[in-house]
Amino acid sequence: MPHQLSIFAENKPGKIEKITGIIAEGQINIRAVTISDAGDYGIIKLLVDNPERGFELLKSENIAVNLKEIIAVKIEDKIGGLHEISKVLRENNINVNDSYGFITEPKKEAVFIFQVADPIHAENILKKEGFSLLSDRELYLI
Amino acid sequence: MFNSSIEQIPRQELEALQLDRLKKALEAAQRTPFYKKQFSDNNIDVSKINSLSDLKKLPFTTKSDLRVSYPDGMCAVDRNVIVRMHASSGTTGKSTVIFYTRKDIEEWSSLVARGLYSSGIRSEDVFQNMMGYGLFTGGLGLHYGAEKLGCMIIPSATGNSLKQIQLIQDFKTTAVHITPSYALHLADVINGEGINPADLGIRRAVLGAEPYSEATRDKIQDIYGLKAYNNYGLSEMNGPGVAFECEELGGMHIWEDFYIPEIINPETGENLPDGETGELVITHINREAMPIFRYRTRDLTRIIPEPCRCGRTHKRIDRMKGRTDDMLIISGVNIFPSQIESVLMNIPEVGNNYQIVVDRENNLDKIHIKVELYSKMFHGDIKELDSLRKNITDLLKSTIIVTPKIELLEPGSLPPSTGKAVRVIDNRKI
Ligand SMILES: [Zn+2]
Repeated sequence: MPHQLSIFAENKPGKIEKITGIIAEGQINIRAVTISDAGDYGIIKLLVDNPERGFELLKSENIAVNLKEIIAVKIEDKIGGLHEISKVLRENNINVNDSYGFITEPKKEAVFIFQVADPIHAENILKKEGFSLLSDRELYLI
Repeated sequence: MFNSSIEQIPRQELEALQLDRLKKALEAAQRTPFYKKQFSDNNIDVSKINSLSDLKKLPFTTKSDLRVSYPDGMCAVDRNVIVRMHASSGTTGKSTVIFYTRKDIEEWSSLVARGLYSSGIRSEDVFQNMMGYGLFTGGLGLHYGAEKLGCMIIPSATGNSLKQIQLIQDFKTTAVHITPSYALHLADVINGEGINPADLGIRRAVLGAEPYSEATRDKIQDIYGLKAYNNYGLSEMNGPGVAFECEELGGMHIWEDFYIPEIINPETGENLPDGETGELVITHINREAMPIFRYRTRDLTRIIPEPCRCGRTHKRIDRMKGRTDDMLIISGVNIFPSQIESVLMNIPEVGNNYQIVVDRENNLDKIHIKVELYSKMFHGDIKELDSLRKNITDLLKSTIIVTPKIELLEPGSLPPSTGKAVRVIDNRKI
C-alpha cells in the first residue's frame, strides 16, 4: 500500500522551504503537496517517490513526521469520475479524512488520493467495485 | 549516615547547640559594618538574645542589604583569613558576595557530603558534576562535598553535551549533579546519538539550581532509569547543601546545626507555624566569615512538622512552591510557573521545552504558553493536534483558573536550556 508523509509545521515563513530542502537534498522527488492549515500550525502532506527515505531524513532533522497509508485510485478524467467513487465510499460508510486529486500527463488520467481509518477495508471494497488502485510502485513512478 | 551523631542529635541538644552558635554569631556580627549599624538603628542589644524565640526580635536581612554591603560590609573576619569568595551576579545592580574561611569551606564540604550521602551517593560513585564552576556556588560546592565523601569527581561543568556523554561512557559515571532542564536536554542529545539514556548506568542524580516539578523528576527518572533527589541551597547560605532530600523522599532535611529556618508571611513578615506555606527565612549560625541573620530567601515552602522515618532529627522543608518574585499575577490570579510545568510534563505529546509569555492587551492580561510537540507522539493527523491543543488548554485552565492560549511548536523550536532555563517572559509594563 502506498504511503505519504505527514509533517507538522508551524504556520511561519520558511517552514515549507526547510522541509522541501531536506527532501531535495535526499534526491527525493515530490509528486504532490497538500497543506491543511489550522491557524498557527498545519500539516504538510507530501507524496514522494521514496517516502521511507523521506521519513528517515526528516526524522533525523527532529521534524515531527509520520508515514500515513493512503489509497490511490485511478479514475477516468471525465465528468462524474469523482462522483462515482464518492458514491461507493458513502454507501459503504467509509469516511474520507483527507483527500486530493491530480491529473497525470500525458495519459490524461486522474488519480484520487485519500486517507481513511481502515485502508485495507476500503481497498477491498473499491477493488470489488471494479476500481483500479495504484500500488506504491505505480504511484511513486507516475 | 555520614555523621550519625549530628544527624540524629536529640532535638533538645540540637536546640542548645543552635542557641550557643547563634550567640557566637551575633557576637561576631558586631564586627561587621552592616550589622553594627543595623543593630544600633533597631536598638538591638545582642546580649539580650537568650533563647531561640528571641531570634524574632532581629530585623530581616535582604538581598538588597547584601548588595549595599558590596564588597565586604558584612565580612566579620580579617581579609587574610579568608580563603575564598563566591558571588552571584544580580540581573540588576551589584552582585552579592559571600566570603569563607578555611573552616567555613571545610564545614560546608562536610555538610554537602552529609547531604549527598542522605541522597544515596557513596564513596564508590563516579560523580559527574555538570554544573557551572566559578563564581557560582553550585559547581564548586558539590565538587568539594563529593570529594569529601570520597567520590571520583568528573568536573565536567556545563555545556558540550557530546563531551558529557563521552565522559559518562568512558568513565562509567554513576551519579550526576545537573539542572533538571539540562538533564532533559541531554536526554534528547543522547537519544539523537542512538543511545538509550537508561543504558548508561547512571543510578543517582542530584537535581538543583532551578525550580522543577515532581512530574519533571519522574520524567528524568524514567528516561535515565535512575533515582533523582532534590536539594536546596542559595549562595547567601554558602551555596548548595542547605537542605537535602533523604531516601525517604518526604522533603529535604535542613541542617539545623548550621541553619535556623523560619517561615513567614511574605506580606506582613509575621512568623507562621510549622506546616503552613510562606517565605523561607534562614539564619546562618555557623559561618565565621559571614554570619547572616533572618535572610529572606524569597522562596516559598513549608516546614514539614512530622518527624522523618529515616531517623534524622533535623526538620524537613517541602519542595519549593515557587519564589515570591516568580509569582505571576494574571488578571488578579496568583500563578506559579511550577504549576504550569507540572501539567505540561504529564502530557506525553508535549516535549521538554516550554515558554510562558505574558502580555497585556487592551488592559487585559493574556497568557500564552508555547509548547513543543514531541515528535514521537505525532501521528500525522490535524484533528489530533486540535484536540491536543484543546486538552492542554482545559488541563491548564483547571489548574491555574485563567485560560491560556496554547501555541504548538515544532520540536526544537524553543531555545534549549543548558543552564537556568528562561521559562517566563513577562512583557507587561506595569
Ligand atoms: Zn529523612
